[in-house]
Amino acid sequence: MSRTIQEKALLATILAPTRAASECPPGQFCGPSVDEYFPEAILFAGTPFELNRILLIRLLAVAVVILFLWLGTRSLKVVPTRGQVAVEFALDFVRKGIAIDTLGEKDGRRFMPLLFTIFFLTLGLNLTGTIPGLQIASTGLIGQPILLAVIAYVVFVYAGVRKFGAGGFLKNSLWLPGVPVFIKPIIAVLEFLSTFIVRPVTLTLRLTMNMVAGHMLLTLCFLATGFFFSLLLDGNAIGAIGAGTLLMGIAFTVLEIFVAGLQAYIFTILTAIYIQLALAESH
Amino acid sequence: MHLAFAAADEGESSGSILLPELPDLIWGTVAFVAVLIVVIWKVLPRINEALDARKDAIEGGIQRAEQAQAEANEARDQYTAQLAEARGEAGRIRDEAREDAKRIRADLVEQAQAEAARIVANAQAQIEAERSAALVSLRSEVGTLAIDLASGVVGESLSDDKKASALVDRFLADLDGTKKAKAGK
Repeated sequence: MSRTIQEKALLATILAPTRAASECPPGQFCGPSVDEYFPEAILFAGTPFELNRILLIRLLAVAVVILFLWLGTRSLKVVPTRGQVAVEFALDFVRKGIAIDTLGEKDGRRFMPLLFTIFFLTLGLNLTGTIPGLQIASTGLIGQPILLAVIAYVVFVYAGVRKFGAGGFLKNSLWLPGVPVFIKPIIAVLEFLSTFIVRPVTLTLRLTMNMVAGHMLLTLCFLATGFFFSLLLDGNAIGAIGAGTLLMGIAFTVLEIFVAGLQAYIFTILTAIYIQLALAESH
Repeated sequence: MHLAFAAADEGESSGSILLPELPDLIWGTVAFVAVLIVVIWKVLPRINEALDARKDAIEGGIQRAEQAQAEANEARDQYTAQLAEARGEAGRIRDEAREDAKRIRADLVEQAQAEAARIVANAQAQIEAERSAALVSLRSEVGTLAIDLASGVVGESLSDDKKASALVDRFLADLDGTKKAKAGK
């Protein structure tokens, strides 16, 4: 019997890495919780530099992103090799597809470092959500999205103020042409809310909540799989449902890989669009 | 993973998923700055360099092609000019040859004519000489015959040559004189 428990623990460990089997009473299913985003500190506990599992994963992802960018661009040839074509596809996706297509050649180049950083950092951090053994995206911790959203906010406000001056930028953003004069103040208030409050908040929440939800979904699938398979090991036929939940987990893993890329793209393209709107003469 | 379990085991106080914690913000900033530095310091310069190199390669290729085209055109013009020159030269040589031929032909004709004239002159001179020789021999012959005849007739021998020839000469001179006199009339 102890062997069965060991097997159960093993299975749970494999299939639901962020959840302790021991916390749950035996024979009872425990769903995932957001507590998984707040594990115990590992390094520098009690200081502002406290590192827990998720922040370590974040640093690991950053290292991988830097390594990818560094090695990927180490020797770019005039006639590319196969590997280089793949790297160039990713780089050009941001360079051309996001920066230059949205902002034009000149402003695209100006804001390219920011857009490159946002895209590849977000992509790297998102992807850890599906990597076996890590399986949590550190963009699900709201600090990173807030930081990126604040940077995007500061940059688009800076871009507008730099080009039109503070008054000109505000007038451009709020006092819309082609609107009847008597409703202009109302529109201005709405525009203010939309531009200066809703934008950063939605940038943050969209990214965080997508990652948290994705993580919950995956954890739920794999926890359920663990639970059902343990039933199966105990001889309960209903545990066969575990095969279904396992398949769903795999499917959602694929979906999450897609979502990781999609959210990185959305965050970056929205930043580019906000900058473009701030730079536009009038809209 | 086990670290995560440990955390969950202790029932760690949960934070809010909407409120950032300080370490989250700090390490988030570190992450952002680290990637930004690499992007600015290495990635974008390398990309721009590669794109510039590629642009240069393409533009250089076009330039080289244009240069080659220009060179080819120049060579073609040169060949055309040389060809025209050669044609002119050939024409000139042909004309010269024609002139030479004409001149040579004229020379030959002239030479032939001179030769012919010379031959005619020679022939005439010879004829003249033969005629006079014939005349001389005829005169002496005729004289001898006549004297023989006469001596036969007169019965007198006129065998004295000296006398005879003088007689004949005188006779012939008289004859000439009569002729001339007749002609004078």
